Amino acid sequence: MEISTALVLNAIVAGLLLGGFYAAVSVGISISFGMLDVVNIAHPAFIILGSYVAYTVHERFGIDPIAVSLVASPLYFLLGMAIYRIYYLCFERRGQESLRGLAFFFGILFITEVTLLLIFGVDYRLVETSYSSTTLRLGVVDFPLRLVVPFAVSMAMVVGLQLFLARTFFGRAVLAVAQDQLALRLMAIDPVRIKEYAFALSIATAGVAGAFLIVIQPVQPAIGREYIGLVFAVCVLGGLGSIWGTLLGALILGLAESFTSTFFGPSWAPAVSFGTLLLALAFKPSGLLGR
Amino acid sequence: MRNRVFAPITLAVAIAVIAAGHFVANDYFLSAAYTVLQFVVLATAWNILGGYTGYVNFGSAAFFAVGAYTTVFLHKWLHAPLIAMIVAGTLVAGLLGLAVGYLTLRMRGVFFAIATLALAVVLNTFVVNWDYVGGARGAYIILPREVPFGLPRYIHLLYAAMALMVAFALIVARAIQTSVIGRGLAAIRDDEVAAECSGVPTLRLKLFSAAVSGALMGMAGTTLPLYLSYVEPSAAFNLSYAVNSIAMPLIGGMTSWLGPLIGAVLLGTVQQVVQVTVSSAWNLLIVGVLLVVFVTVAPNGIIGWVEALRRRAR
Repeated sequence: MEISTALVLNAIVAGLLLGGFYAAVSVGISISFGMLDVVNIAHPAFIILGSYVAYTVHERFGIDPIAVSLVASPLYFLLGMAIYRIYYLCFERRGQESLRGLAFFFGILFITEVTLLLIFGVDYRLVETSYSSTTLRLGVVDFPLRLVVPFAVSMAMVVGLQLFLARTFFGRAVLAVAQDQLALRLMAIDPVRIKEYAFALSIATAGVAGAFLIVIQPVQPAIGREYIGLVFAVCVLGGLGSIWGTLLGALILGLAESFTSTFFGPSWAPAVSFGTLLLALAFKPSGLLGR
Repeated sequence: MRNRVFAPITLAVAIAVIAAGHFVANDYFLSAAYTVLQFVVLATAWNILGGYTGYVNFGSAAFFAVGAYTTVFLHKWLHAPLIAMIVAGTLVAGLLGLAVGYLTLRMRGVFFAIATLALAVVLNTFVVNWDYVGGARGAYIILPREVPFGLPRYIHLLYAAMALMVAFALIVARAIQTSVIGRGLAAIRDDEVAAECSGVPTLRLKLFSAAVSGALMGMAGTTLPLYLSYVEPSAAFNLSYAVNSIAMPLIGGMTSWLGPLIGAVLLGTVQQVVQVTVSSAWNLLIVGVLLVVFVTVAPNGIIGWVEALRRRAR
């Protein structure tokens, strides 16, 4: 098989752009699962929810979906706070979070998905923005703005989150909450409050990432499931609780998927993320940049 | 009750259920009953690993589909008889279960759950790309014209087969639960390190329960292609099998064989009614809502709730 340089270069660029988007999708899991030990397998459902919110507002008022999601992020934050409140009262406080907490989030995933299905039906929805069909060319390499804009915003979001978590008092408290709750209490901080805000933050990132998703590709309620494997693969591969690791893992998976669909066909792409996840779990559960 | 007594009674009940099917004039009711029975097998099977041992398996659909696709494969290759396809599907899914059991070596709790979810998607992708069994297009299974044992229609045969599978699954689940194996599994569920320290052969027990659980789930799937007479990956790997096989034991109660049975009959029947009277999307919503309500309000299921009531009455 002859492989042209242009094809490889395009696959690399597409993979990196896709990887940036994957980082935005997974950074929330990196916070909730990696730092707080809350196994939120319903995370992708909130991404799809964000997609549909962006879609609905765009249809009605013609506002750019990414702008919509940034404005709506406080609402996602409140939603996240409410969910964590329930989760804490029903599971964490009783010490039953492992099995029943998982089942709880599994149920939330289903409820969100089916509710969206009942409202919007099974049709694929896509948002056409002013930049959707523009493509910049640099030599032989294509830069479709449909991917570049979400990439840029998600990079800003991920880097911003990392700075926020590493530099502020709240951020350090989040990092501390998984390690030593007693120490936090001694500093007169309520660990539950910290976890609540941090979890809400993770849901807010999911909602925002949902807007990127619907700019990049058409969305249907059930596609959230495809992202379950992806988000966990990215976090486990990069190392739990490390935002830089998440970014690295996302870029690797983006490249891997882009190469698979270029050279083997897109129907194999889902196997890449889940296969990577299985291998990472089986052989290097601590990840590339794990603590 | 001793298992030697329990087994004949269960079989007798199953035969009575099969015989009752002969008096049902409407095929729809048989097909609805078939679906409920299939969920009983799935829930009972899931509970052996999930409830007794404490390892949450999100990949029930994968085992179920492995059973279904073994049937498709054997049907296309050899036109094998029904019983051979059931046995083969059970064995193949059991092997997959054994492999999943090895995953528990390195992964505990949450990681195991996520890995099983990943496994389902990987297998799904393989089947989508495997042309011999139909790939993404799916495969048609043409039912034989003659129905054996002088049964009126083919659905009667499938219904009978599923009722026998239910009996088999319940007998196996109860035998495991009441034996020394069941106590070992419960020890692993409560504290794996402590179990290991007190001499429970944890690895062997986990492998055993994963294999049995997988095999029974695969068994439930073997008749699916004949039931639908057409399978495609999204039907066989449907996530609703996974959510149902978790929700049913949780709602019924996970510590005994009776829990999944109660949960599956209850939830399965509700779903069938809703599917006819409202719509099929609503029935999944109901499963999701019931799952969330039960884990938050009655974490030990109906059985745990009844036991608590009885204790209070005393």
